[in-house]
Amino acid sequence: MDALRGILTRIVTTAITLFGVAVIVFAVIRIAPGDPIAMMLPPGASDEDIARLRALYGLDKSIVEQFFIWLGNVLHGDFGTSISIRQNVLGIVLGRLPATLELSFLALIIASTIGVGLAYLATRYRETAAEGTVDVINGIALSVPDFLWGLALILTFGVAWPIFEISGRVSPTLDLPFTSNFYLLESLVRFRFDITLNLLSHMIMPAIALALPLAAVISQLLKSSLKETMNQDYVMLARTKGFPESRVIARDAMRNAILPTMTLTGVQLTFLIGGTVIIERLFSYEGLGNLAIDAVINRDLPLIQGIVLLFAVLFVAINLIVDLLYTLLNPRLRHG
Amino acid sequence: MMADAFLDIADLSIVLRSDRAHRLLRSVDLHVNPGEVRGLVGESGAGKSMIGKTIFDILPRAVEAVEGAVTLGGTDLLALSSNARRREIAAAAALIPQDPLTALNPVRRIEGQITDRLTAILGFSKKAARDRALTLLEEVHINDPERVLRSYPHQLSGGMRQRVLIAAAFAAEPKLIVADEPTTALDVTVQKQILRLIAEMQAHHGTALLFVTHDLGVVAKICQNVTVLFGGKVVEDTDVKGLFAHPAHPYTAALINATPRYDRPDQSLLPVPADVIEATRAEIAKADAEWLSQRGQTLKAAS
Ligand SMILES: Nc1ncnc2c1ncn2[C@@H]1O[C@H](COP(=O)(O)OP(=O)(O)OP(=O)(O)O)[C@@H](O)[C@H]1O
Ligand SMILES: [Mg+2]
Repeated sequence: MDALRGILTRIVTTAITLFGVAVIVFAVIRIAPGDPIAMMLPPGASDEDIARLRALYGLDKSIVEQFFIWLGNVLHGDFGTSISIRQNVLGIVLGRLPATLELSFLALIIASTIGVGLAYLATRYRETAAEGTVDVINGIALSVPDFLWGLALILTFGVAWPIFEISGRVSPTLDLPFTSNFYLLESLVRFRFDITLNLLSHMIMPAIALALPLAAVISQLLKSSLKETMNQDYVMLARTKGFPESRVIARDAMRNAILPTMTLTGVQLTFLIGGTVIIERLFSYEGLGNLAIDAVINRDLPLIQGIVLLFAVLFVAINLIVDLLYTLLNPRLRHG
Repeated sequence: MMADAFLDIADLSIVLRSDRAHRLLRSVDLHVNPGEVRGLVGESGAGKSMIGKTIFDILPRAVEAVEGAVTLGGTDLLALSSNARRREIAAAAALIPQDPLTALNPVRRIEGQITDRLTAILGFSKKAARDRALTLLEEVHINDPERVLRSYPHQLSGGMRQRVLIAAAFAAEPKLIVADEPTTALDVTVQKQILRLIAEMQAHHGTALLFVTHDLGVVAKICQNVTVLFGGKVVEDTDVKGLFAHPAHPYTAALINATPRYDRPDQSLLPVPADVIEATRAEIAKADAEWLSQRGQTLKAAS
């Protein structure tokens, strides 16, 4: 009964959230100055041509009318036609989504590995120079925004020592035998590790740039959570059982400490995905974020709306997944 | 050092790191022979848990043992490296903690928490460890051991969890069990059962038991010998008969008068008189001054 109510509440709040996002996106873009139709036509176009094109895109109707027409279509899976690319918005957006998902996922893995690793070291060697070093690293990683990390990485490993690729998602000369846009995933499944390496060489720097601030957040949260956990009676008892400190931390403290860290990491992950907009641009990575900037420059309203809505859906999905993981990892919730 | 003692704490002093002249344990001597049941009695803050933590090498970081020796089964613990010391202690001794609600890991199943020392340290196979866990759970009178092994701590009552912790403590057949007020966190109705169970398990396994408690009544019931602690100092070390018949220290005598006697239910209880406490404090202050005058220089040098 409680679980059912929880799910219902969840569905309703999700729907309200998405509707709110839709309203805001729609309103803000209409209110902002600049005429997309004028930008589509050559300078000498006649008023008649402009009016015809307006009618074609439904821009001659009232804003409220436009909104409900658009919303009705969206609910039927029709996000309209992009003004700048002149293709179905849903198709364009879904085509770009895998690139951004793969980049964000790689960044998340890097951030978790670094974050958990640093928190572990600071706990294992607490009250030594190692703990202080971790605090300093966290401070630096947090105070520098992701795009500056991106620039620093480009200058270091793209220009000074050109180890990694600085632009694009994959070398254009490569022949890709793929059926989906999940290149990284497909290259792994098809054992085309040559392509995997090429992809990673492109993705590693933007992923690290995105990951560093999140890594610092995870490391800080987990470190303080671990500090508390290490004083719990069950950790003391584990010590009396003769296990070395490393195992006590890994087996008895870590899982308990990760639970509260995880919910906050979910929130931070949405910031990371927000960060892809600038980072993808910086690295000319063909994902959603890069597409979003193009769409804004071209004042491509249908495309912007599609992208923003998709981001909103992503954020909602992340929160759902985090809640689910929390329940799965917490026996008190799993077995009531 | 006592020749036949299994646990021998000699002249142990523990100080605060922040104020090394401040002693929490004051030249404590305590020994437990193989198979002996010894009570460790004292009011709250007397340092009973500090002694337990010293034995298991889990002292809080704020304090430090500056003097004395801890010998367990003939091994001088302080001479070992920290990981070796931990293994040595775990092989010889086990702890039954005070609060069963916080002493079990909430995200791990009971099975692992009983068997982990068997599989990880003693090299039991998973199956053998599980069988041993089932036997132990039966020994502590748990009716459905299979279900309990699969459970998480929050699915068990406080009394059940304490039984699980007792089973876990006996799992590796330690020679010494330290029980730190194992019943104070429990319902009054369960306290007696758990107390009886610990005594029963001790007798069955022949383990030495250091039983930490506030309650002289409990000491009278299950212990052979007793150490009384006041302000981190041992004020009495005797056998239980001697304790009640002719206590050596005025504080102990006062403590006996403050304890309900099962053999004299109508006796009126007297609180420990203020002047006895004052006198004992003065005694400690004098010992401290002496100790400091001998070691003041070295203590300062070490900090
Ligand atoms: N982490 C710590 N840092 C500093 N002092 C401490 C710490 N833990 C305990 N103490 C002090 O050490 C002394 C002995 O404490 P201990 O816990 O051994 O008392 P106890 O006899 O077990 O009392 P109780 O019956 O309440 O459990 C107390 O004065 C206490 O304030
Ligand atoms: Mg205590």
